[in-house]
Amino acid sequence: MPTEVLMPALSPTMEKGNLAKWLKREGDAVKSGDVIAEIETDKATMEVEAADEGTLGKILVPEGTHDVAVNTPIAVILGEGEDKSAIKDVKPSQQQKAAESAAPAKAEKAEAKAQETPAPKQEQKPPQAPEAKAASDPDIPEGTEMVTMTMREALRDAMAEEMRRDKDVFVIGEEVAEYQGAYKVTQGLLQEFGAKRVIDTPITEHGFAGLGVGAALAGLKPIVEFMTFNFAMQAMDHLINSAAKTLYMSGGQMGCSIVFRGPNGAAARVAAQHSQDYSAWYSHIPGLKVIAPFTAADAKGLLKAAIRDPNPVMFLENEILYGHSSPVPKLDDFVLPIGKAKIARSGNDVTIVSWSMGMSYALQAAEELAKDGIDAEVIDLRTLRPMDTGTIVASVQKTGRAVTVEEGWQQSGVGAEIAARIMERAFDYLDAPVARVSGRDVPMPYAANLEKLALPSVAEIVEAARAVCYR
Amino acid sequence: MTVASRKTEAENGARPFQKAVPDFSKEQDLAAYERMLTIRRFEEKAGQMYGMGLIGGFCHLYIGQEAVVIGMQMTLKPGDQVITGYRDHGHMLACGMNPKGVMAELTGRTHGYSKGKGGSMHMFSVEKGFYGGHGIVGAPVPIGTGLAFANTYRGNDNVCLTYFGDGAANQGQVYESFNMAELWKLPVVYVIENNRYAMGTAIARSSAETNLSRRGLSFNIPGEQVDGMDVRAVKAAGDKAVAWCRAGKGPYILEMLTYRYRGHSMSDPAKYRTREEVEKVRATHDPIEQARLRIIEKKFASEDQLKKIDAKVRALINEASEFATHDAEPDVSELYTDVYR
Repeated sequence: MPTEVLMPALSPTMEKGNLAKWLKREGDAVKSGDVIAEIETDKATMEVEAADEGTLGKILVPEGTHDVAVNTPIAVILGEGEDKSAIKDVKPSQQQKAAESAAPAKAEKAEAKAQETPAPKQEQKPPQAPEAKAASDPDIPEGTEMVTMTMREALRDAMAEEMRRDKDVFVIGEEVAEYQGAYKVTQGLLQEFGAKRVIDTPITEHGFAGLGVGAALAGLKPIVEFMTFNFAMQAMDHLINSAAKTLYMSGGQMGCSIVFRGPNGAAARVAAQHSQDYSAWYSHIPGLKVIAPFTAADAKGLLKAAIRDPNPVMFLENEILYGHSSPVPKLDDFVLPIGKAKIARSGNDVTIVSWSMGMSYALQAAEELAKDGIDAEVIDLRTLRPMDTGTIVASVQKTGRAVTVEEGWQQSGVGAEIAARIMERAFDYLDAPVARVSGRDVPMPYAANLEKLALPSVAEIVEAARAVCYR
Repeated sequence: MTVASRKTEAENGARPFQKAVPDFSKEQDLAAYERMLTIRRFEEKAGQMYGMGLIGGFCHLYIGQEAVVIGMQMTLKPGDQVITGYRDHGHMLACGMNPKGVMAELTGRTHGYSKGKGGSMHMFSVEKGFYGGHGIVGAPVPIGTGLAFANTYRGNDNVCLTYFGDGAANQGQVYESFNMAELWKLPVVYVIENNRYAMGTAIARSSAETNLSRRGLSFNIPGEQVDGMDVRAVKAAGDKAVAWCRAGKGPYILEMLTYRYRGHSMSDPAKYRTREEVEKVRATHDPIEQARLRIIEKKFASEDQLKKIDAKVRALINEASEFATHDAEPDVSELYTDVYR
C-alpha cells in the first residue's frame, strides 16, 4: 500500500515550515535514510529522510510552498510492485491515523489550524498538592537519664549508632578518616569502622558527591560530608539534578537514600566565600529534605532519621554550634521525626520562628522581651523541607504576630516563605505585618565590626518583636 | 577493515586500526545483527514519531553507533551495571529493556519506564541494571564510578560500564572520577563514544588531545582506541577491559571510534559537516551492513533468512510504536507522586 510522507515536526516548537526543495523527483527510488527534501523551520533548514523503501510516487506539496502545517501529507511513496495507479487508493498512513487518534498536542494544533475552528482544549486540572504530615516527637520515658554533650558528639554518636545498625551506611568526604574530621565530627569512626566505611576523598566535591549518588542508586546509604557547605556549590548539579530528581524521573523506580552533611552558614571571620547560609537554596528543591538542628538532642535524633530516610537529605549543621552543649536523652535508639517543628519556648504575645544558629539569637531575644513583659513563643523549625506550616500557623493564630530570624539573605529567603505561608493560612489572625530579621544584603565582610553588623542580632529581633507588638 | 577504508578513515579525521579482529561465531554474528538492527529500526521509528509530534522535547538518536552498546553488552554478566548520558535509547534496548516501555516513555505515556515523567533522556531499570539515562553532560561519570564503588564495597566482582561522549570527555568531573576510580581500584569501564562531534563542535575544535584513550594516562588508567563500527572489535576490547576490572585491577578506558548519522538532536540542521562525510561512513562502515555482509559471506544465513529477521524486528518495533501511540497519558494524580519515598 502506498505510504504518505507527512510534514515532520523538526524541533520542539515547530508548528509549520516551508518546503524549500525536493531532492528526489517523482519516479525516483528511495530507501530508508535517503534525504528526500529540505524544510525550512523557524530555526534552520533541515533535511527530511525517507522512512520506507520504495519509489517516490507523487509529490503533493511543490517546493517553494510556505507555511505547511506539521503532519500535512507532502508526498506518497509507492511500495515494491506498486505503480502510480495505486495512489488514488492512498489511505492515510497507519502512523497518521495513530497520530489522529492519540491526539498529541502538535497534531491537534495542526488539525485545528486546518479547520480554522480550534476545538476548545480540555484543560486538565492539577490535583491537590499533598500536605506534608509528620509524627510528633516520641515520648521520652520518665526517669530517662539526660547526658549533656556537644552537638559535635551527638552527631558523631548518631553516625556511629547507624553504622553499627546497618552495614550499608558509610561516611565519605574530605578528612573524615585519618584527620578525624576537619571539625572533629567524625572523631573515632575510622578506629571503630575501618577504612572501608570511613573514606577520605581527594578534594573533589563534584566528583565525590556524584560518586555518593551512584553508590546510593546502587542501594548503599552514604553519608557524604562536605567540609563546609560553601564547597558544595561545586557539587550542586549532583545534589539537585542527580540526587533530588531521580526518584521522580524514574517514575518511583530508583530512589537515592543519601545524607549530605556539614557546617552551613557563617562561622567567624572567614569572609564572603566561606560564610553563606544555604538554607533557602536547598529548601527550594522538591525531592530534597532539609534539616537544620539547633540542639544536640535534635541533631542526634534527626541525623539518625536522615540516615534511615529513603530520600536525599541535606543536613545543615553549624560550626559555632558544634561546641555548644545541651542534654541528650540516653536511649538505645533516639530517633526524631523529620518535618516536625518544636516549640522551644511557649508564649502568647508574638511568634518568633527560626532554626539552627538563628535560634540562639531568638531565644536570647525572648528573654529580653520577657523583661519588658512581652511573652514570645519561639518555634525551632528544625526541618526546613518539608516545612511544618501547621505549627507556625497554630502559633500565629494564638499570638497574631510573627518575626522570622535567619542568617541568610532576605530575597527569596526562608523567612520570605514563612511570611507567605502565614499570609496564606493565617491572614485574618495577623495584627501586624510579619517582620523579617536576616543577614544583610551583602557578601560577608571580613572586618570584625562589619561582620557583626552583617549578621542578625538579638537587639534587632527584640526591636522587630516590639514593632509587631506596637510597643 | 580494508586498507582502502583505513585511508578513508584517515581522510575523515578518524584514526586507522591495525589490530586483527577476532571472528564471531554464527550465533554471535546473528544475535549481534538482530540486536543492532532492533536499535536502528527503533530509532528510525522514534525519528518518525517525533516528526509526527508524538514525541516531544529533545530526542537524540543513536543511529550509526549501534555496534558499541551491542558489543559491550555481550561482555557483561548478571549484576553488572550500565549508565550513560542522554543518547540512551540504544543502551536501554541493549540492556534488554522492553521496546514498548521505552517507546511509551518517549511518547510520555503511563506504561513508559518512568510512567511518562522522565522522557527520552531519563529512563531507568533496576531489574535490567540500567541506571539512566542522564541529561547533564558528564554527570553519569561520577555516578557510574559510584555504582562501581558499591561493587567494591559489597565485595562482588561486578563491573559498571560508564558511557559518555567525546564532548563529555572534556568535563572536569570526568577527571575527578578517573582519579578516585584508580585510587580505589574501582571496577568501572569508561566507554567513551567518540562520534566525532560534541553537538556541532568537531573533536579537533574542542579537544587539545584528540586521542581520548590517552585521557587516563596521568591517572595510570590503561586505555585503547577501538573500531566502534565493528561489533566484533568492540566485544574483543570490551572482554579485555571487563576482565581487567573483574580482576580488581581498577578502571579501564575504551575509546570507541564511532559515528552518528543523524543530528545531535532532532532539531540539528547538521551544517557543521558535509552530507558527503555522512554518506561515506554509511557506505563504507555501517555496523549493521558490515555484519550483514559477513553473515552472507560466511553463509551463516541466507538473504531470505535475513529478510525474516528484518521482518521480525520491524514487527517488534511497529508493535512498540502502536503501543506507545495508544497508551494513555499518565493520570493527573501522578503529578505529585514519586517526589519522595
